[in-house]
Amino acid sequence: MGTRFLLLVAAASIGLVSFLFTGHPEAAWPLAQIDDYLLNILILAGINVILAVSLNIVNGHTGQFSLGHAGFMAVGAYGSAALTQINGKACLVALGFLGGGAPLVLFVLSLLTGGILAAVAGLAVGLPSLRLKGDYLAIVTLGFGEIIRVMIQNTESVGGARGLAGIPTQTTLGWTWVLSFLAIYCVGSLVNSTYGRGFLAVRDDEIAAEAMGVNTTRYKVTAFVVGAFFAGLAGALYAHFIGYVTPEGFSFLKSVDVVVMVILGGMGSTAGVTVAAIALTFLNELLREAEQYRMVAFALLLIILMITRPQGLLGGLGGLARLLPGRGGKS
Amino acid sequence: MNELLQQLINGLSLGAVYALIALGYTMVYGVLRFINFAHGDVFMVGAFSGMYMGRWLKPLVPAWPEWLFALVVLLGSMLFCAVLGIVLERLAYKPLRERPRLTVLITAIGVSLLLEYAGQLVFGAAPRGFPSLITSTSITGIGGLHASNIQLIVLVVTALLLLGLHLIVMRTRLGLAMRALSLNPTAARLMGVNTNVVISFTFGLGSALAAAGAIFYASLYQAIDPFMGVLPGMKAFVAAVLGGIGSLPGAMVGGLILGVVETLVVGYSKLLGIPPGYRDAVAFVILILILLFKPSGLFGKTQREKV
Repeated sequence: MGTRFLLLVAAASIGLVSFLFTGHPEAAWPLAQIDDYLLNILILAGINVILAVSLNIVNGHTGQFSLGHAGFMAVGAYGSAALTQINGKACLVALGFLGGGAPLVLFVLSLLTGGILAAVAGLAVGLPSLRLKGDYLAIVTLGFGEIIRVMIQNTESVGGARGLAGIPTQTTLGWTWVLSFLAIYCVGSLVNSTYGRGFLAVRDDEIAAEAMGVNTTRYKVTAFVVGAFFAGLAGALYAHFIGYVTPEGFSFLKSVDVVVMVILGGMGSTAGVTVAAIALTFLNELLREAEQYRMVAFALLLIILMITRPQGLLGGLGGLARLLPGRGGKS
Repeated sequence: MNELLQQLINGLSLGAVYALIALGYTMVYGVLRFINFAHGDVFMVGAFSGMYMGRWLKPLVPAWPEWLFALVVLLGSMLFCAVLGIVLERLAYKPLRERPRLTVLITAIGVSLLLEYAGQLVFGAAPRGFPSLITSTSITGIGGLHASNIQLIVLVVTALLLLGLHLIVMRTRLGLAMRALSLNPTAARLMGVNTNVVISFTFGLGSALAAAGAIFYASLYQAIDPFMGVLPGMKAFVAAVLGGIGSLPGAMVGGLILGVVETLVVGYSKLLGIPPGYRDAVAFVILILILLFKPSGLFGKTQREKV
């Protein structure tokens, strides 16, 4: 128990308190209103935390390199929107017995659907491709991500290249943060459990792990599926936050965004990656004026970081990392 | 039948471009065992350097015949990209030579993003028109087949470049050193091969071929933008894997096959029941199939993993 229990309590209370904050004037607690702009950034930060932490289980803890995270996010976004937007009316009628609670229940169901569909996609992608290693795996996951995007682009029933508009905007700060804490907790606990030692074993030395009787393929696929589930969840939250999704929004560059968060935070450090995701979300907003220089700076940072400090800016930092489950560095 | 031949001509000229880029991937993989993610963006820089060179040079030498002008632009941007490739390797990849492959891969992604977004800053995000180096004419051949003179020039010049590459790799000392390095880096070093020079040379050679591919690509499609290298780069990588990464003939054959298959899938999309929008997915499907069923590619050798 100890720190982890305390952390869970803290997370739950922060999550619950964040339900009070809302940009809408019809909030139950009008005192807890915050600036709409800040609210939006905070929600985006939460979504990015889920994305980064979930990619970290694949790229960081298990030592595989996936470049297709945006694809799973797209599956989650479109999968959830299929429930609330495309078949929204029919679903609401079916849930009519719940009365006023029907939209909320449908929202929760759609989040779950998004996550589960993405997990299924993760399984389908992971089973064949995880036999590959390193750079090959990176390119194949990239390829799968692109295939998912091209498929959505060519499916007229979900709006094709025009995208899908009119998704009910039900994502609130509370939902985002509760779910991001859930993601941090799940990934952290999974990696830190007895079972989870296998992920680290695969990362540290795949051949030795295999020789010791660790089923490496199974661990890799598990990491992939869990990562995809949370990516799908993040996609679903994103779709119900923006209310409008296009296949272009889930391109290779979105995957790179998440990869940058994981690398800056330090691969394998849940705490570092969380901080990096939040920091980069704010930085992106601050640098919105200098949009064209932003990516040049990130690219340079990535190169310099790899040469001078490959464990990431925050990876391997003692104090903070030890507080959270899923210790940083070489645990 | 005629239509099929027509599609083959179109596919081969596209495939020639893929083959030229794929050679760069395969050569770098041969000597360094890593995938140069930024290779597609060197290709992009090649197209832009060709564009600027064409624009600056044209008023200076109005009397030159078209072929000489085109040749100078081609060689000029090949030289420019060769230097770029060597500089990139020195600055970004050389400090990482003994590091884990993942570190190098991430650096390569960084270099790729850097070239793309710096390109966006310098060249602007909007697509630019590529000056026509050679006036396009349509040639009607036997049986009413159409080909533009550019398509034919692309095929012929590609063949010449490949022949030149073959001679460099097989008949020169540097080529011999390249082959030695890809066979066994440690043994090559012990035999007195200067690995740094060979690696620089390989990067230069690969980048120059990518620049040639870029000039051809830009002449065929006429619009260039800072992100134009992403898809051809990835497709050329697929071509390299298809042919067996590390194998030069493999990259050539893989590139041609990929170009033809892609063109056929689009050309016969109704017949096959695949919407033409899936054009860009074709390469990735091929990649996944190859890696699943014959990961060593058509010409590659299977490598056992030693503990």
